[in-house]
Amino acid sequence: MLTYIVKRLVYATPVAIGVSVVCFLLVHIAPGDPLTAILPADATRELADQMRAAYGFDQPLVVQYGLWLWKILHGDLGHSIATGRPVISEVGRAVGNTLILATAATLIGFTLGTLFGFVAGYAHGSWLDKLASTLAVVGVSVPHYWLGMVMVIVFSAQLGWLPPTGAGPQGSEAWRPDPEHLRYIILPALTLSVIPMGVISRTVRALVAEMLTQEFVQALRAKGLSEIAVFRHVVVNSAPTALSVMGLQLGYLLGGSILIETVFSWPGTGFLLNSAIFQRDLPLLQGTILVLAMFFVVLNLAVDVLQTALDPRIERS
Amino acid sequence: MRRLAAFFWVVVAFWTISAEAESIVRYGISLADIPLTTGQPDRGAGAYQFTGYTIYDPLVAWEMNVAGRPGRLIPGLATEWVVDQNDQKKWRFVLRRDVHFHDGSLFDADAVIWNLDKVLNDKAPQYDKRQSAQVRPRLPSIASYQKLDDHTIEITTKEIDSFFPYQMLWFLISSPAQYEKLGRDWDKFASNPSGTGPFKLERLVPRERAELVRNGDYWDKYRVPKVDRLILIPIPEALTRTNALLAGQVDLIETPAPDALPRLKQAGMRIVENVTPHVWNYHLSMLPGSPWVDVRLRRALNLAIDRDAVVKLLNGLARPAVGQVDPSSPWFGTPDFRIKYDPVAAKQLVAEAGYSVEKPLHATFVIAQGGTGQMLSLPMNEFLQESFKEIGIDIDFKVVELEALYTYWRKGAKDEMNAGITANNIAYVTSDPLYAIIRFFHSGQVAPVGVNWGWYANPKVDAIIDEAKRTFDPARQDSLMAQAHTLIVDDAPLVWVVHDTNPHALSPKIKQFVQAQHWFQDLTTVGVE
Repeated sequence: MLTYIVKRLVYATPVAIGVSVVCFLLVHIAPGDPLTAILPADATRELADQMRAAYGFDQPLVVQYGLWLWKILHGDLGHSIATGRPVISEVGRAVGNTLILATAATLIGFTLGTLFGFVAGYAHGSWLDKLASTLAVVGVSVPHYWLGMVMVIVFSAQLGWLPPTGAGPQGSEAWRPDPEHLRYIILPALTLSVIPMGVISRTVRALVAEMLTQEFVQALRAKGLSEIAVFRHVVVNSAPTALSVMGLQLGYLLGGSILIETVFSWPGTGFLLNSAIFQRDLPLLQGTILVLAMFFVVLNLAVDVLQTALDPRIERS
Repeated sequence: MRRLAAFFWVVVAFWTISAEAESIVRYGISLADIPLTTGQPDRGAGAYQFTGYTIYDPLVAWEMNVAGRPGRLIPGLATEWVVDQNDQKKWRFVLRRDVHFHDGSLFDADAVIWNLDKVLNDKAPQYDKRQSAQVRPRLPSIASYQKLDDHTIEITTKEIDSFFPYQMLWFLISSPAQYEKLGRDWDKFASNPSGTGPFKLERLVPRERAELVRNGDYWDKYRVPKVDRLILIPIPEALTRTNALLAGQVDLIETPAPDALPRLKQAGMRIVENVTPHVWNYHLSMLPGSPWVDVRLRRALNLAIDRDAVVKLLNGLARPAVGQVDPSSPWFGTPDFRIKYDPVAAKQLVAEAGYSVEKPLHATFVIAQGGTGQMLSLPMNEFLQESFKEIGIDIDFKVVELEALYTYWRKGAKDEMNAGITANNIAYVTSDPLYAIIRFFHSGQVAPVGVNWGWYANPKVDAIIDEAKRTFDPARQDSLMAQAHTLIVDDAPLVWVVHDTNPHALSPKIKQFVQAQHWFQDLTTVGVE
């Protein structure tokens, strides 16, 4: 297992380098001036050229990439052009907030998705299956930013039950898991959970339905095992594939949803990216995308290791 | 007796608590982050009201506490400013005495020079690239500056420019002492700023909130805040902002979603708007090869627009634009070309130019998909596209992000980036003679110097502007600007559509708010009593 982990870490290195190149190039290829973050619209070309030189944007791309990579390897993601704040502290704060939201959305989405999936798989062909499947399809089909707005209109504006925006009455710095702050998380977490709920539900449903037709299940029943015991076997055998899907969904949640976080003004990585994109704040954009991309790399690695731990056949193959 | 005494003390306690209860207003703003708090706000003119004129003051201020007429230049941290009659490029500013920064240090001429160095002298230790980038474009006339004594400074302009004081509205004064105390670190200063303004920043949570508290020692007794605490909360999405107001999470918002106006009014919210120096327009190219060199076609575009319908599209949150500035402006003048909705006349002009609905003129405009100042960009553009089609002009749109559009704009119509494009659609701030008229219509303001994007050139307009810049009598200045505007409207180098009205939605809690006819708003006028 240790050898496997080390091997995967080694494989991850060229992936990380590739990710850094793509992150860097993507933001530079996009149209628009990176100095939009600090220059007013009517700044003269002369001033724009001076600022370009001051921030190093007049250097060849290869040089800029090299300097950026060098700084990253020393733990420095640069400074936001717009605010001057270190990118690492901006991203760190945003990641923390997105983690809070993602955790809530994961608990809701994974629990409901797994539950619906198992119900639908076990009750395959019945009205329960149809209901659960419909909910899953709705979850993956409905535009979630629209759903978020509808939820705000109903639960905040009309009923006044829940706050529509923000991470707490005093902002995210004072966040703690108490009822007052949890009220702020309900709507964005519910909205964010519908897609993972739908995807996981459909995946689990298919897995369970397929497992139940396997001979080993019939053998277990023939041996006189209780349905709960059979259920445990179905869960263990479905887990590797389900985990793989959940890992991807977790990555999606941890990446932060630009749309949901903007609709709810939740100060996570999505909100940060939104701001960085519109302001063309390249260091912030590059740093945030790189951190989120590396999340995926690490998360995939973790899921692969977990899968191997659950099913040693994966490692041997 | 005991019960009476107990009741008495309860009443006293309640009265004491009520008297001491802090008055708080929560303001949902449309920006995605709190603007820079170091002295020169970023994110445009509309950001100055939040972290500019709250925490800081300029030398020359704008009269922001009037709504019924345009404001004017008034003394700020300078009690007067005069031009040297022997050398009209030299301006002397007499500074206000006995004013202190929030940190207790004294405001004086050294502080002004220090701040000028902060944004104009890249060799100064306090020079800040970000603040410089924000305000240098607003101070194009400054050539040099010096201290004359502890309460007087002198600024020399590059050329005679009677409109120079308008530029000083954008230049705000931060505390040198606070900067030194914080180890010469602008990032630390941003969290602990010190100015001379009516509010102090007590707490800043980046991208989430800024809590401003009243400065009880503010030097201008007519601008002491009416509330104890003003909390700015960025909510960039319009519908979310509107819902936050409806849900009671904030007490006032700017730019509510137009579609939600009936709902807001039904919920008891008050909508406040005013004439605002802004114009939504198409800026036409006058270069050879552009169809818009023909004044008939330029006028036809202006006559083809049902501006009342555009206002209706925005649920009333706009005013028809019949020129660069509103007719109530002293710079409007008396143009012969009356801009109105007259599709018959428009078609006639198009026919005279050799086109028709059957044989339309084709052209491409570059527009933004949205963004600050652009109002409902796509629906408005689509509506206008249909309007132009009805008179025989087919417009294709090249849709880009607003930040990308600024690049097209700065480069000018002649640049290869604008090849094939004959108009752009950036909404303009028109708050003073430079911003409203000079930068767009003087032939010397073409790229890369300025933003006369379409290379418009009228020698008469140039001559009037040049004369206005050498005229120091405000009434005569207004008259000359009006003459220039008259000629400009007659030439129709732009297609003027509507002016924004900078709408705000106020909850019943807000009893006082004066909305000035400017992007600079005075948040000390917000009151709950």
